[in-house]
Amino acid sequence: MTPDLEQLRADLLAAIDAAAGLDALDAVRVHALGKQGAVTGLLKTLGGMTPEQRQVEGPRIHALRESVTEAIATRKAGLEQAALDARLASETLDMTLPVDRTAPGSVHPVSQVMDELAEIFADLGFAVATGPEIEDDWHNFTALNIPETHPARAMHDTFYLAGEHERPMVLRTHTSPVQIRTMLSQKPPIRIIAPGRVYRSDSDATHTPMFHQIEGLVIDKGITLAHLKWTLETFLKAFFEREDIVLRLRPSYFPFTEPSAEVDIGYTMQKGKRVVGGSEGWMEVLGSGMVHPKVIAACGLDPDEYQGFAFGTGVDRLAMLKYGMDDLRAFFDGDLRWLKHYGFSALDVPTLSGGVGA
Amino acid sequence: MKFTVSWLREHLDTDASLDAILDGLTRIGLEVEGVENPAARLTGFRVARVLTAERHPQADKLQVLSVDAGDGPLQVVCGAPNARAGLVGVFGMPGAVVPANGMELRVAAIRGVESNGMMCSTRELELGEDHDGIIELPADAPVGTTFADYAGLDDPVIDVAITPNRQDCMGVRGIARDLAAAGLGTLRPLEAVLGDLPQITPQGAGPDVATHDPEGCPAFFAQTVAGVTNGPSPDWLQRRLTAVGQKPISALVDITNYVMLGLGRPLHVYDRAKLQGGLVARHATAGEQVLALNGKTYTLDGGETVIADDAAVHDIGGIMGGEHSGVSETTTDVLIECAYFTPETIARTGQKLALTSDARQRFERGVDPAFLDEGLAIATRLVLALCGGTPSEVTRAGEPPADPRLVAYNPNLSETLGGLAVAPERQQEILERLGFVVDLEWNVVVPSWRRDVDGPADLVEEVIRIEGIDKVPSTPLPRPAGVARPTATPEQKLERRLRRSAAARGLNEAITWSFIAEDAAASFGGGAWTLANPISEDMKVMRPSLLPGLLSAANRNLKRGATGVRLFEIGRRYLADGERLTLGVVLAGEQRSRGWQAGKAAPFDAFDAKAEALALLEAAGAPVANLQVMDGAGDAYHPGQSATLRLGPKTVLAAFGTLHPRLAKAFDLSGSVVAVELFLDALPGKRGTGFMRPAYAPPALQAVTRDFAFLVPATVSGDALVRAVRGADKAAIVDARLFDVFTGAGVEEGSKSLAVEVTLQPGEKSFTDAEIKGVADKVVAAAAKLGASLRG
Repeated sequence: MTPDLEQLRADLLAAIDAAAGLDALDAVRVHALGKQGAVTGLLKTLGGMTPEQRQVEGPRIHALRESVTEAIATRKAGLEQAALDARLASETLDMTLPVDRTAPGSVHPVSQVMDELAEIFADLGFAVATGPEIEDDWHNFTALNIPETHPARAMHDTFYLAGEHERPMVLRTHTSPVQIRTMLSQKPPIRIIAPGRVYRSDSDATHTPMFHQIEGLVIDKGITLAHLKWTLETFLKAFFEREDIVLRLRPSYFPFTEPSAEVDIGYTMQKGKRVVGGSEGWMEVLGSGMVHPKVIAACGLDPDEYQGFAFGTGVDRLAMLKYGMDDLRAFFDGDLRWLKHYGFSALDVPTLSGGVGA
Repeated sequence: MKFTVSWLREHLDTDASLDAILDGLTRIGLEVEGVENPAARLTGFRVARVLTAERHPQADKLQVLSVDAGDGPLQVVCGAPNARAGLVGVFGMPGAVVPANGMELRVAAIRGVESNGMMCSTRELELGEDHDGIIELPADAPVGTTFADYAGLDDPVIDVAITPNRQDCMGVRGIARDLAAAGLGTLRPLEAVLGDLPQITPQGAGPDVATHDPEGCPAFFAQTVAGVTNGPSPDWLQRRLTAVGQKPISALVDITNYVMLGLGRPLHVYDRAKLQGGLVARHATAGEQVLALNGKTYTLDGGETVIADDAAVHDIGGIMGGEHSGVSETTTDVLIECAYFTPETIARTGQKLALTSDARQRFERGVDPAFLDEGLAIATRLVLALCGGTPSEVTRAGEPPADPRLVAYNPNLSETLGGLAVAPERQQEILERLGFVVDLEWNVVVPSWRRDVDGPADLVEEVIRIEGIDKVPSTPLPRPAGVARPTATPEQKLERRLRRSAAARGLNEAITWSFIAEDAAASFGGGAWTLANPISEDMKVMRPSLLPGLLSAANRNLKRGATGVRLFEIGRRYLADGERLTLGVVLAGEQRSRGWQAGKAAPFDAFDAKAEALALLEAAGAPVANLQVMDGAGDAYHPGQSATLRLGPKTVLAAFGTLHPRLAKAFDLSGSVVAVELFLDALPGKRGTGFMRPAYAPPALQAVTRDFAFLVPATVSGDALVRAVRGADKAAIVDARLFDVFTGAGVEEGSKSLAVEVTLQPGEKSFTDAEIKGVADKVVAAAAKLGASLRG
C-alpha cells in the first residue's frame, strides 16, 4: 500500500472519530465521499490506469471507500443515540404525580340482591313478575282472604290514598297482590317471584315506611308443603352460598295461606355479630304457606285441582344478613359514603357460574 | 299474651320442664317472645327473724339487730322504724343485688358497726310502693327459706305471640289445651280448676236486659249480685295479675280480668246504683257520647253497638266500659254482663274509634259462642267467693251463634297438601285432643272455640303443627330437563342494563322514598296521588319525578362535605294513569376537582347532563343518532340550558339540562346542578330478530374527510346545520361532526362560526377531485338554505 493512501485512511478515520456532531460528520463525509471528495477523487483516477495498475489499485481504493463509509455510519448511529439519550433525559416527568380518576359508580345493595335472587330463582324455573305499588284494597286485602274487618288489616299499618276512587286505594303493604294478578292472568303451572317496593306506616331503626319484599308463588298440581320447604332451603343455601344453612319452620298464621309457617334461619355468633349458618340462635326471615283455597278460588282457579305455595321475605333484610349492614334507614338516605362502602361494582353481575354473591 | 307457669299448671297437668314447655309453645305456633322469672331478681333474699334490736351506739335513728336467716344470728344495722325483736321479714344476704337500685349488698361498717346484710322494704324489692318500713311477714313464715319461694314468686312469666286466628289462645286455658294436644300434659277439667268456689243459689229474677241489635250483639246474658263488698282483691289474684302486667284495681274488676286472661272470656261489671232502668244492647244514635274507662270521651257516629240504660250509654259494646257506671269501693249491687259481640261489628267500631282494648282483641277475633253460661257462672262464683252477696237468676237475651261447623276431611290431605304422611289414627287423636269430634266417615265437627277452622286445609294445619312441622321432608320441585331457561322480561333486562351502565359511568345508585313533600312535587307538575294518612308532611305525595328525592340526597351529601355528587335512581314515577319506570340522574358540585393538569375545579354543566342522557339511551338500545333535540325541558329546568330528546316529534325519551335556579334554591343547593330524566316507558321495544346480524363487510377504500367553516345566524342550532350537511348527499356523506363553535373577533354580531368535519366514504372507486368538489358544492348549498355561508 502506498503511504499516501494509508495516510488518507488514517486522516479520514481520525476526522470521523473527532466529528462532534451530525453536521461535522456530514462535512467529513462530503470531504471524503462528496463529488469533490478525496476518496471520490481517487476512484476517478482508476479510469486513467492501465489494467495491471487497476488490478492492484482498484481493490485498495474501494477498500478505503468502504472502510470510510462504514466508519461514518457507525459514528452516525453513535451520535444519534447520544442525541436521543440527551433528549429523553430532558423529557423526564415525575411519574408519581396523580392522574385524574373518575370515581367508580356503584349499584345499590337492594338492586344487587334482587339480581341475585332473580338469578337463583331463574335456575329453579321462576319468572319475575311485577305489579302496581298503588293497589286497590281488593288485590291487597280482600282477594288475599283479608276482609275489611279482619284483625290482620290493622296489623298492616296501611297507607291509604286520598280522594274518591272506584275502590279504596292503598300503597301495597306486601308484594302478595302480585300473586293475585299472576293467578288472574296466567294459567298454571305458575312459578314466579315478585320483587318490589312495599309500604307500611311504621318508622324506627328496623322499620322504614318503604321497604322491599320478594314474593314467591308456585301453583300446580300436587305441590305440597314439602316442596315449599325444599325451595326455601335451596334458595337460602344458594343465596348465602353456605351449606350449613339450617331452617326452622314454625306454624303461624297468614290469612292467605293454610297451613302457614314462619321460617327462622339459624345463626352463630362470630365476633359479636350474628352470622347466618348453624343453629345457635334463630332469626325470622320468611313468611310462607300453602296458598289458601279461598285465594285460589278468588282467582278463578279450582282449589280441588290446583294447589301451591307462597312465601315472602324482606329484600333489605336479606341484604343486611348477607352483607352486614345494621341500619335499615341508611338504605334510603343516598349517602355517597354508604353507597360506596356497601354498594357493588357495575361488573359484579350475579351469575350461577361465578357465584351470586359479591 | 302473658301468663305465669303456675297459672298454666292450674289448667295443665304436666311434669314437663320449663324448657320443654317453651319449646313446645313455639313448635305448635304459639311463638315465645320472652320468658322471665321474677325469682331470678330475688336471689339471696331470705325469710328472717329479728332476734334482738338494740340502739346503735353512734346514731339515734339506727338500730343494731341480730337477725336469724336460717344460719344463726347475724349482726345487721337497720334504719327502719318498725324493726323490732320478733319481727319476721325479708333479709338480703351479702352478695344479693337489690332490685330497686341494682346495688350489691356487702359486709360493711355503718357508723362503726359491722352490718352483714339488709332487712328490706317492699319498694327495695320492687314488689310495691311501701317504703315506710321493712316488710313484715306472718310470724309463722319459715325462717331461712328463700323469700321468692315463700312468696310464690318463683313463677316464670311466659310471653307468647298469639296470631289473629287463635282467639282461643287468648286465655291460659286455650294455651293449656294446645300444649296437652302436643303431648305436654293433660288438660284438667274446668270444674277441677275452679276448685271449691261457692255454687250459685239464685234468688230473685234476673236483671232487665235485652238486645235490640241482634246483628252486633246477638246474645246478652246477665246476672246480678246484691250486697257485695268491693275492696282490694286477695294477694294471690293481685300477684297473678301483676305478674302478667295487669294492674289490680278492685276485687270486682280483677275478677273480670282474671276470667278474661284465664279463660279468654271478656266480661263487664256495672254498678247497679248508677243505672236507670234496664240495660239494652242497641245501635248508638249519631252524636251520642260516652266517657270510657280510659278517661276519654268518645262521640259515636251512630250504628255502633252500645249498651245503654234509659238515660245514657254505659258501654261501647265489647270494647270498653263507661266510667259512670263502673264499680268502685262503694259499690254494693252489681250486674255482670256476659255477651256475644259480632267480630265484624267490633272491628269496624274499634277501627273507627281507634280504640283498642283487651276485650276488643278477643271479641274481634271471635270468642267462644258456647261459653256464655259457663263464663257468667264462673264470674258470679268468683264474686260470691271474694265479695260475698246474693246472686239473681240469669237473664238470657238473644242467642249466641252456635251452629257447629262440619268439615268433610280426607286424611290423605296431610300428605298431599301438608307434605307429611300421618297415620289416620294419629290424625284423629290429634284432632280429638284439640276438641274436634271425628266420625267414621271423617266428618269433623269443629269445636265452638275454633272460629278459625272452616275447611280441610285448616285441619291439615292442625295435624301438621301438632305432629311437628319439622317432620315435613324436603321434596325437590320437579325440574324441567336441560339448562334453566331465561326468565327476565324485556323491562327487567332494560333496567339491569341501565343500572350497570350508569354505575360503570361513575354514577352511584340511590333508592329514595316514593313519597315526597307536596311543594316538592308541585315543581314537577304536582302529585297525582296524595296519602290520606302520611307519616309526615315530607312524605305525603307519590312522586311525579325521581328528581326531588335525588336533589334532597344531593343536598345532604354536599352538606356532609362531598365535592362532586353523581347520583342516579331507577324507579317509578306515579302518574294519574299509571306507574312509569324512570331513570333519574342528578349531578351536583364539581364535575372535576382542581388539579395540577387541568387547573381550577370545573362545575357540572348542561352538556355533562346531555352526555349522560345520550350514553344511557344508547345503553338502553335507543336509536341515539335519530333523536331530535328540542329546546326546553319544562319548569324544573333552566329554560335556556335544557332540552328534551325525542324520537319523532311526540315521543319524549329524555329530558336533561341545568336545574332551574328556583328549584336549586328550594332544595338548598348552591352552584350548578344538572339533571337527567330517562322515561323508560317511552323507549321503543326491541324487535325480536333472532341472533343473526345483517351481513357486513368493511369498505375496501379509505374514507376521506373535508372541513367546512360556515358563518350562520346565531339562531341556527348546531344540530340543524349538521343535519343539513349530512343530508346534502346521502350516498357519499356517512358522517358530519361539528368540531368548532366561535363567536367574537372577525365574526359579525348576530352570527357565529360553526366548523363541520364531513366524512365521505367511497364505494368501488376512489373519489375524483371533481366528485369531491360536487359533494362540497351540495354541502354549501344545503347549508345556505339555513342562511349559512362558507367562511372566507
